[in-house]
Amino acid sequence: MKLKLNVWRQKNGASQGQFVSYDANDVSKDMSFLEMLDVLNEELMGKGQDPIAFDHDCREGICGMCSMVINGRPHGPQKNTTACQLHMRQFNDGDEITIEPWRAKAFPVVKDLAVDRSALDRIIQAGGYVSVSTGNAPDGNAIPIPKQNADRAFDAAACIGCGACVAACPNASAMLFTSAKIAHLALLPQGQPERMDRVLKMVAAMDALDFGGCTNHGECEAACPKGISLENIALMNRDFLKASLGKRPERAASGD
Amino acid sequence: MNLDSKSPAGPIDKKWESHQFEMKLVNPANKRKHTIIVVGTGLAGASAAAAMGELGYNVLSFCYQDSPRRAHSIAAQGGINAAKNYQNDGDSVFRLFYDTVKGGDFRARESNVHRLAEISVKIIDQCVAQGVPFAREYGGLLSNRSFGGAQVSRTFYARGQTGQQLLIGAYQAMERQVAAGTVKAYSRHEMLELVVIDGIARGIVTRDMVTGKIESWSADAVVLATGGYGNVFYLSTNAKGCNTTAIWRAYKKGAAFANPCYTQIHPTCIPVSGDHQSKLTLMSESLRNDGRVWVPLKKGDKRAPDQIPEAERDYYLERKYPSYGNLAPRDISSRAAKQVCDEGRGVGETGFGVYLDFSDAIKRLSEAKVAEKYGNLFEMYERITGENPYKVPMRIYPAIHYTMGGLWVDYNLQSTIPGLHVIGEANFSDHGANRLGASALMQGLADGYFILPYTIGHYLVTAKPGKVSTDHPEFKKAEAEVAARSSHFLGMKGKRTVDSFHKELGKIMWEYCGMARTEAGLKKALELIPKLREEFHKNLNVLGTADEMNQSLEKAGRVSDFFELAELMCRDALERRESCGGHFREEFQDEGEAKRDDANFSHVAAWEYTGDDKAPKRNIEPLNFEYVHLQTRSYK
Repeated sequence: MKLKLNVWRQKNGASQGQFVSYDANDVSKDMSFLEMLDVLNEELMGKGQDPIAFDHDCREGICGMCSMVINGRPHGPQKNTTACQLHMRQFNDGDEITIEPWRAKAFPVVKDLAVDRSALDRIIQAGGYVSVSTGNAPDGNAIPIPKQNADRAFDAAACIGCGACVAACPNASAMLFTSAKIAHLALLPQGQPERMDRVLKMVAAMDALDFGGCTNHGECEAACPKGISLENIALMNRDFLKASLGKRPERAASGD
Repeated sequence: MNLDSKSPAGPIDKKWESHQFEMKLVNPANKRKHTIIVVGTGLAGASAAAAMGELGYNVLSFCYQDSPRRAHSIAAQGGINAAKNYQNDGDSVFRLFYDTVKGGDFRARESNVHRLAEISVKIIDQCVAQGVPFAREYGGLLSNRSFGGAQVSRTFYARGQTGQQLLIGAYQAMERQVAAGTVKAYSRHEMLELVVIDGIARGIVTRDMVTGKIESWSADAVVLATGGYGNVFYLSTNAKGCNTTAIWRAYKKGAAFANPCYTQIHPTCIPVSGDHQSKLTLMSESLRNDGRVWVPLKKGDKRAPDQIPEAERDYYLERKYPSYGNLAPRDISSRAAKQVCDEGRGVGETGFGVYLDFSDAIKRLSEAKVAEKYGNLFEMYERITGENPYKVPMRIYPAIHYTMGGLWVDYNLQSTIPGLHVIGEANFSDHGANRLGASALMQGLADGYFILPYTIGHYLVTAKPGKVSTDHPEFKKAEAEVAARSSHFLGMKGKRTVDSFHKELGKIMWEYCGMARTEAGLKKALELIPKLREEFHKNLNVLGTADEMNQSLEKAGRVSDFFELAELMCRDALERRESCGGHFREEFQDEGEAKRDDANFSHVAAWEYTGDDKAPKRNIEPLNFEYVHLQTRSYK
């Protein structure tokens, strides 16, 4: 196959970027999207041109590192498929493909297609965990968990933290990412002690990090390569409301 | 070189218990006076950083990816072993210990392995408490499944994404410590040098992968949790960025590298589709619980699988190993696959493939039940190959997956460099010559949560390393060395890219140091590799500068270290004149089965660096098997 690629190039965070066009010749349908870019990069380097920088690691759709918007869709045209798992048999000879980084204020571009997603780590730092120190745990079978709850929690926990939801959202909201973690822990007994606290803190962190608000477009769920459901946002909203209404003021420290 | 394992005396099931009392403790209020560097944020690194942060230590954590949650532990699929015996089928700490020693083909240190089996039960408890969504039975209790090399169902799992969930648990625990201020996490920072002062590990030098800045970090102890070196073969199931640099730099500063030739080839991976192939994708061993492995009985049979009747199929694992069948351990299953393909009975276009067939399981359980167990794996397979494994059998072929070799460590997980501790796949670990499925996750978390936090305290109290400033000349020297290496790669302006060298190196290694090794082949590799390495250092083309994000420059450093490691691996494979586990020498076999030479090789080969153009020195740690008596490892 012969393809025309329009790729976003940007030297670094401080520079302006632009689209540059390249011809990808001899693309095999069995190649993955990233392998196609590897081959292009080898050609570019052979001609003395700077190769395209892009984030990737596992190339199996699980680490969440690959992050490119392909023809306007985060991770490309195939449902439930990350960019690294997208294979060229999804395209046709002569296609023109636009490739750009995640676009969001909270994800500044680092170089070309690579962006800084440390904002997502900061949301997790605000409460996306169970506060149990090592060595403290009761026996694994001490608390039975209904199978359907465990399954639902797993579905929410399957989020790979790639940020496609943010990239797809017209408001660049991180609601789907945040709610996936909140829901995962809210559905398990282990998450109950901190459930109300967690949702308030994580939402506050999300808001403080320049993500946009949610106006129920649903683009996030459509773009998510792991099928994370909008239901999680609904659960988060319910927990947020409950927590906000039930919030007690912090206990003042007594000092003498 | 003194290879004192420091294994405690006493009966094997009391060693760790007594050691925990014997080890010195750091007073709770004193812990905050110590800084510990942890490089790598996989299961071992993230759990160690979290656990040490919880204890009150100051931890500096580094990873090359854009977030600690990207570590390649995330891709582990099948499950984690623990000796809970929830299934009432005969499991126990001793049986897990026994299976692991036997599975390692009697080349692991018994004391370490028994400890691993003891700790396994606590790991499950900790993960459940963190909210890891393990699979559950209808009654609400934890589910188990079987894994290779075991006749009990002791593997805990979360669909086909167990590594992901365990890593996310550890990552979350680590992020809690980041929020608490005890752990400082530096993403997109690659460790490029270890700093040793007066023989003690005192810190590291990193490169900021965004700005190119080279920086020194000093600490009271250094921990490497940087994973395996499978990418020396270019094609492996590892992530693209996985590399040997951290442990290789340590090796060159005096850390013994043990058993580098013990590499594990996983039998069930998606076959190569072309020259553009950038990595190989694992299809979890758990699939072999229900899938049946077969090839056509006759050579050259190119019929579609559904056209081949049962009587003309060879379910070769079931035939050769009746008591373990499709769950025979990885090294044995991989060699069996290679053997049938070499005989001309392989499937797929290249002839390098065997079938993993689920039609019987689908008939027995229903498609829905099979989807529930393996859903994501089937989808992954279809995305990559375009074939539907619910309708046609999966095609699989062995691929490099795990490295049992790594830096030598004693019972306290300390290397031969005082202060340098190594955990997870990066150390030469407890798996001997072959790792059983579902035990890597177990080992990473055991090391990070339950062993290192104790042994590092003991080091700090007994060694009293004291403080050192990054202004010390050794740090400056290391920074200069790192800068010089970068300049060297950038300055060559040759004709070949890093990847082109890496691919060629990988082919040499797969051909001569892969599944089946020979004296002639290894010697050939030891001629080809130095020649290619020489060309690498003359003809490399790396564009750009060091002061920006430069992915080619990153790769150049890693491949440079792979070249040197490759030679050591071949040397190790040449010297070990026996077959054991993942190391198979064609000259030492019993009709295709590995033939060990216990009289001469029941030991760890710990290599010592003596200089760049000098042969390394092979030191020995003898292995004694008091509890699991040496026997021919049979799975028939």
